[in-house]
Amino acid sequence: MFDIDLWREIFQSINKNRLRTIMSGFTVVFAIMLFTILFGIANGLQNTFTEAFGDDATNAIYINSGTTTKASNGLQAGRRIQFDNETFNYIKDESGNKLEFITARIYKNVTATFRNETSSYSVRAVHPDHQFLEKTLMNEGRYINQRDIEEKTKVVVIGKKVEEDLFLTTTALGKYLNLSGIQYKIIGIFSDEGNDDEERIIYMPVSTAQQVYGNNDYIDQINMTYNPEMNYDQAIAFSNSLTKQLKKLFSVAVSDQRAIRVRNRAAESQSVNALTTGLGIIILVIGFGTLIAGVVGISNIMIFIVKERTKEIGIRKALGASPKSIVSIILLESIFITIIAGIIGLLVGMVVLRVSGPMLEEYFIKDAAVSSAHIIGATITLIVAGGIAGYLPAKKASQIKPIVALRND
Amino acid sequence: MLKINQLHKSYPIGDSSLHVLKGIDLEVNSGEMVAIMGSSGSGKSTLLNIIGMLDEADSGDYILDGVPIKNLTEKKAAVYRNKFLGFIFQSFNLINYKNALENVALPLYYQGLNRKERQEKAKFHLQKVGLLEWAHHLPSELSGGQKQRIAIARALAADPKLLLADEPTGALDTKTSYEIMEFLQQLNDEGKTILIVTHEEDIAEMCKRVVRLRDGIIEEDKKVNQVRASQYV
Repeated sequence: MFDIDLWREIFQSINKNRLRTIMSGFTVVFAIMLFTILFGIANGLQNTFTEAFGDDATNAIYINSGTTTKASNGLQAGRRIQFDNETFNYIKDESGNKLEFITARIYKNVTATFRNETSSYSVRAVHPDHQFLEKTLMNEGRYINQRDIEEKTKVVVIGKKVEEDLFLTTTALGKYLNLSGIQYKIIGIFSDEGNDDEERIIYMPVSTAQQVYGNNDYIDQINMTYNPEMNYDQAIAFSNSLTKQLKKLFSVAVSDQRAIRVRNRAAESQSVNALTTGLGIIILVIGFGTLIAGVVGISNIMIFIVKERTKEIGIRKALGASPKSIVSIILLESIFITIIAGIIGLLVGMVVLRVSGPMLEEYFIKDAAVSSAHIIGATITLIVAGGIAGYLPAKKASQIKPIVALRND
Repeated sequence: MLKINQLHKSYPIGDSSLHVLKGIDLEVNSGEMVAIMGSSGSGKSTLLNIIGMLDEADSGDYILDGVPIKNLTEKKAAVYRNKFLGFIFQSFNLINYKNALENVALPLYYQGLNRKERQEKAKFHLQKVGLLEWAHHLPSELSGGQKQRIAIARALAADPKLLLADEPTGALDTKTSYEIMEFLQQLNDEGKTILIVTHEEDIAEMCKRVVRLRDGIIEEDKKVNQVRASQYV
């Protein structure tokens, strides 16, 4: 029920005692401003984390080979383990539906030349699935497909930066790029959300690279993503069993950590998630601490206000004000001031975040801002806070004996 | 109108207690104008506070307009105060951030009247005390006599059965005091029952009856020949 007369009384009290109102509001403005800024910064940090780790698939598993450190099955230590197409197919067959995407990788360094421009680049020879693993975004043309693999076509997909470096005024798509003496047709240009170096890479079909560089079927690395329906524990169990099988396949000692290395992002993303959650909790604690400080602040000032208004309250009671009406006046005044001050604090905080946003990015805080869910939450918190802040003083005010108050000359 | 029977009141002071009212019997009829006199510590203010329902007696009966005033909750006391009583204080007790009209209208707000009715009634009473043209002035812009008149208008606004005045002229000079008394006499002539606590003899003589308190009992209760304040003004 909206009692216009009650609100008129409250507005008069607020309006005629501006200094008092501003004083009590200031605490809340400050608390909410800090709260907003802290939350914004926390969000910014979280954004940075998600971006840093979000470039590549979080369910990725990387398999590398090295040299054995232990003798095993009658074979000496120091033996080099070399993956090949057979290994690739073995993993693919063994994993079955636990697998989402899989690709081989062969690394080569090349000198690329287009007309008079020359520069050195890394080449990654891959399978078509690589696009999804690396979250490569095609700007123009297409990615490597299965036909390229089967026919060993001499095609490349180049990064945006490669095009910028070599194809100064013209477009790269459809042109032929000379990589260490062999011409490759550019079939696509990509961009990547990771750093600039990712966009200085040249992709070619894995089979083409095998034929051109050594005419073998060697593979440097195998990357895959596990089925995202699996949880962390299942994913880790999957990569563990895969490691065991591979070690067996290559006659590597079970305890050999170097010969076959399987890196599972599940384990990493689990700790990143834990870190972000921990960060969130810390920010929440700090934020609520600030809020509570604000509530205590306004509560103190309201107690002071009640003291200052003791006589007025006494007069009102002598004139027939019920305890309830005294509580309403004090409580609603408190809530009203808290909400208005809170909104001001929120706006100031958002402006501060907006203005200092570009500066903050240097400190790994990206897009620091508060979401509308936070704003709604903060508003509800404010109403509750104003209620809590006003309740004790209001209770105190309602218990003032008019006789004591009136004697208080 | 008002009937008090064997009223006792004591205040605790440390371990002992101070017996302030030691069995007061008092009956006030409608239309009376009573001065309650006594030196400080005689218990006159305590008596007024109990009559005004600002304080409660330890024992004894108090009947106001046929309603026994006993074991009041705060809420009920508020309703009775609003309905039965109009207070006039020595220090006026106006709310300093409200103008004259708003001060007078305040008891009407607690009566639950709507804004228009409140404004009308408050204006009527302001006119009655002759201060309608000061309606939009704050108390700080008014003289002591004007403030007390605003306070009287406020006390009258709720149309109470009984006007209680605690040293209404205590803060005013003689001339202004008499003006206020003249006005109170006028109200009494119109039929209002008025109780005035005072320690000034000349003010008491302007009432129709003087009750003298001494050490918590009524020492003297006599009718007097009312001195009209108008002759001094």
